[in-house]
Amino acid sequence: MKKIVFAVLAVAFALSLPAVSETRLTPERSVLENGVVLLTSEQRALPMVTLHFLIQAGSRYDAEGREGLANLTSRLLTYGTRDKTALQISEILDFIGASLSTSCGQDVATVSLTVLKKDLDTGLNLLAEVLTASVFSPEEIERQKQSVIASIRAKDEDPGQVAQIKFSEALFPRSPYGRQVEGSEDSLKRADRAQLLEFYERFYRPERTILAVVGDISHQEIAQKLTQAFRPWKKGAAIKDSPPVSPPGPANIIRVNKTITQANITMGHGGVRRSDPDYYAIQVMNYILGGGGFSSRLMDSVRNERGLAYSVSSHFSAEKYVGSFAVTMQTKNETAQEAIRIAKEEIQRIRQEKVKDQELQDAQDYLIGSFPLRLDTNRAVANFLSLVEFYGLGLGYPEQYPELIRRVSQEDVLRVAKKYLQPEKLIVVVVADQKKAQIQK
Amino acid sequence: MRLLLGLSFFAFQLLLSAPLLAQTSRVQEFVLDNGLKVLLLEDHKSPAVTFQVWYRVGSRNEEDGKSGLSHFLEHMMFKGTNKVGPEEYSRIIAKNGGRSNAFTTQDVTVYFATMSREKIGIEIDMEADRMANALLNGKYFEPEKKVIMEERRLRTEDNPVSSLAEVTAAMAFTVHPYRRPVVGWMQDVESLTREDLRRHYQTYYAPNNAFIVVVGDFATEEILAKIKAAFGPVPRGPMPPKVKIEEPPQSGERRIILKKEAELPFLLIDYHVPNLNSPDSFALDLLSVVLAGGRSLRLYQDLVYHKRIAQSVDADYDGLSMDPSVFSVTAQVMPEKDPLEVEKAIYDLLERVKSEPVNERELEKAKNQIEAAFVFGQDSVFGQAMRTGQYEATARWQLLDSYLAGIRKVTTADILRVAKKYLDPDQRTVGVLMPIKEQNQ
Repeated sequence: MKKIVFAVLAVAFALSLPAVSETRLTPERSVLENGVVLLTSEQRALPMVTLHFLIQAGSRYDAEGREGLANLTSRLLTYGTRDKTALQISEILDFIGASLSTSCGQDVATVSLTVLKKDLDTGLNLLAEVLTASVFSPEEIERQKQSVIASIRAKDEDPGQVAQIKFSEALFPRSPYGRQVEGSEDSLKRADRAQLLEFYERFYRPERTILAVVGDISHQEIAQKLTQAFRPWKKGAAIKDSPPVSPPGPANIIRVNKTITQANITMGHGGVRRSDPDYYAIQVMNYILGGGGFSSRLMDSVRNERGLAYSVSSHFSAEKYVGSFAVTMQTKNETAQEAIRIAKEEIQRIRQEKVKDQELQDAQDYLIGSFPLRLDTNRAVANFLSLVEFYGLGLGYPEQYPELIRRVSQEDVLRVAKKYLQPEKLIVVVVADQKKAQIQK
Repeated sequence: MRLLLGLSFFAFQLLLSAPLLAQTSRVQEFVLDNGLKVLLLEDHKSPAVTFQVWYRVGSRNEEDGKSGLSHFLEHMMFKGTNKVGPEEYSRIIAKNGGRSNAFTTQDVTVYFATMSREKIGIEIDMEADRMANALLNGKYFEPEKKVIMEERRLRTEDNPVSSLAEVTAAMAFTVHPYRRPVVGWMQDVESLTREDLRRHYQTYYAPNNAFIVVVGDFATEEILAKIKAAFGPVPRGPMPPKVKIEEPPQSGERRIILKKEAELPFLLIDYHVPNLNSPDSFALDLLSVVLAGGRSLRLYQDLVYHKRIAQSVDADYDGLSMDPSVFSVTAQVMPEKDPLEVEKAIYDLLERVKSEPVNERELEKAKNQIEAAFVFGQDSVFGQAMRTGQYEATARWQLLDSYLAGIRKVTTADILRVAKKYLDPDQRTVGVLMPIKEQNQ
């Protein structure tokens, strides 16, 4: 699920890049001595600072059979360093009312801190400890393993998540992108302190890190403070990084039985990477199909006309190394087959006939117009800047964005619909009370 | 909620995590001749303007057999007026680069859009139009009823923790309408009629039973003129009936066990408490933070960290409700652990805060957290509008100005006093989710 969450974020941000002047971001970029790429946006309105680290230490670096190691490493960062116990760390954070969170996705791990300006030095010193001197004590490892196992189980009680998990597995068989970031109860049992330390030493390195800082501080000032606080953080040994090849799995129907009232449906297939030149045309096409919230065709035909679902949407998730397309919806067990049929019809329709001029224009107007408005918090800006760097879009990208969207034509939409929507390759996952759902081929 | 899930979660988070905001007296208040109150807060840090209309009607105003009426009406408000076609509202906002939605709670129904300063007039005109002219068109009534039933299946029927919250509230409140779910009982939703909606709309949707909150990048004079022009002509309505039902005092613990297909047991303990109109509300806020405001605090340290019997714990004081509500302690129980053991551990901790004062540093820590959250809360225009609206709905927005001063005055003796007064075993309702495993496959 982490992957999905991250993917959605990435798409949302990449989608809606605004003109810099409009967003008042005034971003600056530099590379620190130790290799950290630093991006900043000075925002003086409030006495607070947000730091967002993106580190190439995601679960795709987990060796086979050791799934969950990257995630465990990320969770343990704040549970003890050479100088401080887990309790001391949380005591410091709680006392200054700061929020420090870590997360692990498939490509990257993130560490985010928001502090009051007056507590910035305290926050920076703690971050430096967490990123250079975590100890991974056996007791804390055991504690986190139990907690991860509990969260794996908790996911099982959410039918929507179960559908997503099964979909990823079927879409990227034998690839780290098809596995859960958390690993499994089995693979977690095998994780030990030596492996965690090795992972940490190898992957948590400054030259693998993008840091976005947004708030009440200038680029120069924070660069100096970082150089000071992160003095012990040194470049690591070079890592041969060849992203896994992940050919999508074949069409399939996957049924999971649960005693529930709704069928949770995820259906889709492979997609494109973020760097694909068709990315923008695809985003426009998908907005019309099912990405556009209450304005989409799927919403009209599944929800508004027939009352079959509360929520229905489609996504093209374009990651750095993989991509996917998926339609997600929930409907009472008895109407699962009908909802799938209608979704398939909409996929066919957009492949067969040009979208209306008005639909195209509305989609473009939304995508271009909404973006500056989405960057309305420091946290959102920090996320955005770090992803612009991660995808290699360049700080000039915001100015180019409106044009990239505006030049998509009706013909482009039809072309990418034909090329990237592939009804014959659909993997359909249905988590439902199967006796009632009666899903046929 | 008419919302897609992502946004609804976001809103929920806002409500829970930061019960405070706003700088002293930056809000400006105006009242139109028809009784419509307008609260304006200029904030120029991002180019966004959030416009919200708050109607003082929610499930609190419903009657037995008609639960879910306010929420149903919220859905039907998107089915058009004589000027705006069915589902056109969302499209018009989107193609102007805006995002819009609505939600219903026990106390209020809120419609909102976030747009640029240049476009926000479009939202203002459409909200004024549907305040008086919603068609609640019969043709869309039956499909929308199905949508709401799907929403209930998604959010409640197939979600074990939500189901637990629903049945526990139905037991904590025996007379007061807070005993009924906002979405409504399934059978009630099924039997609601178009005439019910019409009557509800005519009774509660009037300028004198609503208020407007606008936060963001606008000029006060300019936006006030637009609001007056659009809403000024909407006629005042008769004063809606007041809800005078008081929950009788509880004498003796109530318990409810919910058996449902799930993975982890869950525990929910509700204590009756007053809302923020009571001087005790500051100490209750701090009590919830002292218990569960972070990893260094009592509930987490004991149950999650040391005893390892809970996956997560929380304490939440809901002071932002129109009538007295609950102070709740919740715990997700670790796999194979006994919820009764967790329950006992919680009571042991609660007995301690009732028998001896918390230490000064704990209190200071809790105050620091609240103050930091206060500043962080101003980072989002939407968040600021939400909190201004919640205060106005519950009491008066002016109370926000004195919030921090009230928090700073609380002493350890106050915490001890409110803990003794409200965390009374005879005043609690305990809900326990007992997972059962169905025969799958």
